[in-house]
Amino acid sequence: METKTTMDTTKPGPSSWTLRVRQLLERRLPMDHLLPDRQPYYVGSWVYVFGVITIAAVGWVVLSGVVLAFMGPQWWHDSRLGRFFNSMHFWSVQLFFIFMVLHLWGQYFMAGWRHGRASTWLIGVVIFGISILTAFTGYLSQQNFDAQYIAINAKDAMNAAGAGAFFNVLNFGQMYGLHVMLLPIGVILLVALHIVMVRMRGVVKPIDAEGAARS
Amino acid sequence: MNSPATYLHWGFILISIPNLLVIGGMVVLFGIALVAPFPHGDKDDDGHN
Repeated sequence: METKTTMDTTKPGPSSWTLRVRQLLERRLPMDHLLPDRQPYYVGSWVYVFGVITIAAVGWVVLSGVVLAFMGPQWWHDSRLGRFFNSMHFWSVQLFFIFMVLHLWGQYFMAGWRHGRASTWLIGVVIFGISILTAFTGYLSQQNFDAQYIAINAKDAMNAAGAGAFFNVLNFGQMYGLHVMLLPIGVILLVALHIVMVRMRGVVKPIDAEGAARS
Repeated sequence: MNSPATYLHWGFILISIPNLLVIGGMVVLFGIALVAPFPHGDKDDDGHN
């Protein structure tokens, strides 16, 4: 009598979804694109470094933020080490925003959305928007008079915009939860997606080089 | 640090001096990034560094 088991073969059938996903990833995300060791000749300007500095800054923001979240407000206000980490979190955010805007200027003037890169540009815009919300909820989470002053003043703007019903800036728990969990997860996932999309399509050609190629 | 910043006011434009300095510094940094020489490796046959 013939018996059939599902463990007969190690070869997946054509209906295997894991095989299809793996083949799709191999096709769309080849490793020589994801981790390149060379760049096109036109990637030779300090303007291309702004994006990398932005990533470095966000790395410091996340690392210092994890320490602050773990140790708590008493520590970051009262101890010297806590104030150091608090300052590092604050100044890395300043660098993050400064270099994110410089990166935005650079991509705007080189029209970085050309040749199928519109979604990369749009994800960058969304990251910028979520980062502003993350910074805002951070100012509300400081646990000092600044935070109270900002919250009291911001509540009228939120109510005027119609957002007061579900975004209550006077609710510290809601603001702190958004700041340390939901919004950073959004920023980190979208930054990862942004980088993968840049690596999939490579760096956009300068407009001059395209004009020279056409003529 | 504990006193309000000085503000500049022209018509509808109202900006604090610290914010103006940061934006001015960013414009200067962007200009330097455009003109400063970037260290290059030798170009290979297919136009890569």
